[in-house]
Amino acid sequence: MKFIELKNVNKTYSTGVTALADMSVEIEKGEFVFVIGHTASGKSTFIKMLYREEKPTKGSVIVGGVNVAKLRNGRVYKLRRKIGVVFQDFKLLPKLTVYENVAFALECLGMASSEIRPKVLKAIEIVGLKEKTRSFPHQLSGGEQQRVCIARAIVNEPKLLICDEPTGNLDPETSKEIMKVIDNINKDLKTTVIMATHDKEIVNRMKKRVLLIEHGVLTGDYLKGSYKSHESV
Amino acid sequence: MRAFRIFFRSIRDAFKSVFRNFSLSMASILCATITLLVVAISLIIAENVEKATESLENELSIVVYVSKSATEEDVQNIKEGILAIPGVLDVVYKSKDEWRIEMSEYNASFKAAFENYEDNPLTDSFTVTVEDVNDLEKISTEIREISKVDSANYGKDAVNTIIGVFDVVEKTTIVVVIALIFVTAFLITNTIKLTIYSRREEIEIMRLVGSSNTAIKLPFVFEGFIIGILGSLIPIIVTIYGYIIAYEKLNGHIISELIKLVPPYNFVFYISLAVAALGAIIGMLGSLMAVRKYLKI
Repeated sequence: MKFIELKNVNKTYSTGVTALADMSVEIEKGEFVFVIGHTASGKSTFIKMLYREEKPTKGSVIVGGVNVAKLRNGRVYKLRRKIGVVFQDFKLLPKLTVYENVAFALECLGMASSEIRPKVLKAIEIVGLKEKTRSFPHQLSGGEQQRVCIARAIVNEPKLLICDEPTGNLDPETSKEIMKVIDNINKDLKTTVIMATHDKEIVNRMKKRVLLIEHGVLTGDYLKGSYKSHESV
Repeated sequence: MRAFRIFFRSIRDAFKSVFRNFSLSMASILCATITLLVVAISLIIAENVEKATESLENELSIVVYVSKSATEEDVQNIKEGILAIPGVLDVVYKSKDEWRIEMSEYNASFKAAFENYEDNPLTDSFTVTVEDVNDLEKISTEIREISKVDSANYGKDAVNTIIGVFDVVEKTTIVVVIALIFVTAFLITNTIKLTIYSRREEIEIMRLVGSSNTAIKLPFVFEGFIIGILGSLIPIIVTIYGYIIAYEKLNGHIISELIKLVPPYNFVFYISLAVAALGAIIGMLGSLMAVRKYLKI
């Protein structure tokens, strides 16, 4: 079975807006996939469905063998523990240091501090923030804050890393660095990465599989490197 | 182990939250304090009223006056007649001479009045106690039918008035207490709602990294608990000291010696315990309402 499998997925919001129509896609373990499309194209809905922030109206969404569409509310947390999520707006806690922000993810799960410490330090090292462990978010640059966010997402060693416009607030240079970090996580930790973006340059440079969503329909599935930005978007 | 750590983490977070938003928590704590104070006073009144009603009812007895023409034999017959009625607990005889001596001792003007009579103007009497106060009416009627009995009465109207007043007092306090409990629970709900709002980022992240719903809710429930318990402190102190002092000042009874107060020891501790438990329950109830309403998980 594929790691991620969407079958005939439809999503209509209560306002009557159809965000996704009859979407089917398969993603293998360890893949790196870009999801591109205009604002309101449905790519956010697609991403949110993977970590069960949204439920499909019709069809099945299988992540790691679990049908997310049929997951009861009380069980969602089990899925979330296997998934790391990175956002455009970082979502860091301002009163906690870098270390504490990353450790927070494990503390919530009731892990012992002796168990937490090595994991947190390792995650911080992977994203290259070893020197800033004791800094507070407001003392960091945007790129550094995003690294903290990535560290928090991977600290529990998830099988899937979901990035929703992680470079949306960053300048091109910093974006490059962040992409390197994410690429390394994909290569070294074998973490499956699904990333929504509309940064064409990144997509062109990285030469990964690309899913193009337009008006809620999956209009293109380009295999590694075959996507060129002039085709659309 | 994990569950324990989450449990203690929740308690720590709850305390942090109470003190971080202290002005807000204070409003809820004060409201709980006022409510619980009224609850404590109401409980004290209710318990005292109940005990007083009980003792008043137990003291109800039928006073039987024997006809002046009755001979000693008649008196004996009356006593046996009363004792034969089912439901009669005890019969105490007091002769007219005993009455005379007692009344003369009680008041000098009685004594002077009695001296104007050659003969004793009083009559012999029986005091009849019964098993069940509800039978007073029936038994009195039966006693009146025995020959040479002049009258058989009990203090029906006076006692009924007092019991009636007590009943109103008791019911009013219950209504007031229930209303106040709702108001407090509502206010605590509001406090917790604001805490949830101030911690929404934290909650969002907790949900994302896979905290179970229980782990997310628990700190708020503890917060309500802490607010409830802190709110019960002043009422408990007031209950213990206030009641003990009031009891001593009033010499253990109120209005007349007939209405005795409940002795303070142990009683105040039971009330305190009830107040603390109620505070904790209201606090948790309020926060559970908030969590259910505003924490969409």
